[in-house]
Amino acid sequence: MLMTGAQILMECLLEQEVGIVFGFPGGTILHVYDALTGYPGIFHVLTAHEQGACHAADGYARATGKVGVCFATSGPGATNLVTGIATAYMDSSPVVCITCNVGLPLLGKDSFQEVDITGVTMPITKCNYLVRDVADLADTLREAFAIARSGRPGPVLIDIPKNVTQDMADYVPLKRDRHGKAGRLAQLMKRSTQDFRAAEPDYSDIDILVDMIRISERPMLICGGGVVRSRADREFEAFANRIDAPVGITVMGAGGFRGLNPLSTGLVGMHGSQASNMAVDACDLLIAVGCRFSDRVALKPGSFARNAKVVQIDIDRSEINKNVQTDHHIVGDARRVLQLLNERLEQQAHDRWKDYVFSFKTETEYDEAGDHMTPSQVLDTIAKVVPRDAIFATDVGQHQMWAIQHLHFEYSGQLVTSGGFGTMGFGLGAAIGAKAGNMDKPVVLITGDGSFRMNLNELSTVGYYKLPLIVVIFNNGTLGMVRQWQTLTCNGRYSETTLDRGPDFVKLAEAYGLKGCRVTDVAELEAALEDALAGKQATVIDCAIDIDEMVRPMVSGGSDIIRFMVD
Amino acid sequence: MNDISRHTLAVLVDNEAGVLSRVARLFSGKGYNIDSLAVGTTHDPAVSRMTIEVLTSEKQAGLICSQLRKLICVHSVKRLDPAKSIRRELVLIKVAAPTHQARSEIIQIANIFRSTVIDVTTGSLTIAVIGDDSKADAIQNLLGEFGILELVRTGMLAMERGEETIDAQTKEKDEFDYGKNVL
Repeated sequence: MLMTGAQILMECLLEQEVGIVFGFPGGTILHVYDALTGYPGIFHVLTAHEQGACHAADGYARATGKVGVCFATSGPGATNLVTGIATAYMDSSPVVCITCNVGLPLLGKDSFQEVDITGVTMPITKCNYLVRDVADLADTLREAFAIARSGRPGPVLIDIPKNVTQDMADYVPLKRDRHGKAGRLAQLMKRSTQDFRAAEPDYSDIDILVDMIRISERPMLICGGGVVRSRADREFEAFANRIDAPVGITVMGAGGFRGLNPLSTGLVGMHGSQASNMAVDACDLLIAVGCRFSDRVALKPGSFARNAKVVQIDIDRSEINKNVQTDHHIVGDARRVLQLLNERLEQQAHDRWKDYVFSFKTETEYDEAGDHMTPSQVLDTIAKVVPRDAIFATDVGQHQMWAIQHLHFEYSGQLVTSGGFGTMGFGLGAAIGAKAGNMDKPVVLITGDGSFRMNLNELSTVGYYKLPLIVVIFNNGTLGMVRQWQTLTCNGRYSETTLDRGPDFVKLAEAYGLKGCRVTDVAELEAALEDALAGKQATVIDCAIDIDEMVRPMVSGGSDIIRFMVD
Repeated sequence: MNDISRHTLAVLVDNEAGVLSRVARLFSGKGYNIDSLAVGTTHDPAVSRMTIEVLTSEKQAGLICSQLRKLICVHSVKRLDPAKSIRRELVLIKVAAPTHQARSEIIQIANIFRSTVIDVTTGSLTIAVIGDDSKADAIQNLLGEFGILELVRTGMLAMERGEETIDAQTKEKDEFDYGKNVL
């Protein structure tokens, strides 16, 4: 069927079962938005800023496990996506970004709103494309989606010059399950280096690990982001119960292992619990699943798990031995590897070892006093009032660490947070995307006053689409995490971190047509949350926190994992 | 970690715009220094072959290979064992040769090295040398006293000896497995 490039794009989105797109129109993407009017099956969410659109697509992808899609125009539209793409890349989130560029005759002439976005995004995408010929468009889009979601997922960008969106080509429909058998994708799959189906793990590697587990007296597990991406919750929990070992959870791994399982020692690493970090240091076998040993987990790679044989299970071969030298590894999809392990491993018992590990604290206690709520009071109240299947999005900073330490997540995709890139301003856009993908579940954004101010323009999106988000602002009047570092390492010189300025978040919420309230104690917070849930109306809750409250415990970057700076 | 040595990688890539910058960017972005890089098309016009030489540790070389294999434009990567491969480079050297005597001496040196004189003027000679780096360095030293006006190297090309090829079928198991699951 003869169609314009823009129509082919829409057809290809339908092939991928994309029902929702986040974006912002402009000059070069004009015809794509024109074609959109003919496709009622694709719902478009107009955000306030392209960055918000990219975070929303990312949040959608993380919460649903499907590919998130966003649109942006050329030049500034495209560069506004960059932070969002990098965020998705660092956390292996499948996002497809469609940008349009100036027409081919104008390309390379520094035309109005022109930028070489494929050049700019090369280091932060799994792959990107500039589609010069409309005849290649459908094939390229099919390849892009396959790459974004297969193996270790990640963002892919497709840049389409304006004239290509108008040019006509013959569109031949192709069902998604046939994509790998035709065109470029079929060629790509023949190569030795590329395999879109996660290859079967090496059985002999599995057997070696089973033997290592059998002789281990003090095993320890780390649940990383790979467990969440692979949606391997059940397999991981079965494995943890079978091996009977304590489980430390990374920021990206939160949700991959049920936080209330008695084997959970909580967060591991820089802000890891005493129990997690002591267990890492004392264990004789450390099995990390879907974890790349980032500098926030393996603070000092040389001494990390120094008494243990380290085993890494990862889908990405290039992560093996990158940060921490391992003794054994298995390359494969977390779920499949865990299935195979569960088939082979018999029940183990490590009661003495668990007694030792759980003699340390798994959660931080805060002193309750004065006119402020403690972080744990706020989070415990939220956990008490909000339904257990609620999705949580966070921004970046102290509130993020507190949320991950104190909320016990139940399933993969329940927490949407920027772990690797640490993008302040990620939360609101991501919460919009998470909500759009889960209209049946409450979505709570936990943010700080510093992060929230960065991209609060998306409140207009929340208001327009009547998304009943609950926004809880941990308002301590400072960039708390930076202040904490200043307290600990700069002798308390609070250089440019105090936020003794607006806005008034209650009035701000009202200005966007949302409900706003300020709470100072647990009872008020409880009432505000109950109102928000009952009224199904977006609510911004401004929650006062003490300016000097710290994320505890803390181990400084580069030191041994048990050298706690703050207990 | 101080076992720095030279590693030679043969890489088959798509013959498309932007591929060189994707590969080169990976090296600069990860902080690996390229010692030499040569690219050209192969017998299959859709495929180019790169020979990349890096001075690095054994461990880093392994990581570089697995990073390279993650690029969609990369078909295959193989580390070439120096004992089992041929390395050759073409060097063009333009030498000042203002006198008869200088010219004949330079031609003698060129003959000893089995290199060819490819251009002569009254003031200069241009010599093409093919060899590995030790040969190129040796002739460069000898010609230095005449005054080298210009010198250009292609970068090292390398290929395995015997019937071994870069294709997947003949790869060692370990090498082959590096590429699995990366997408």
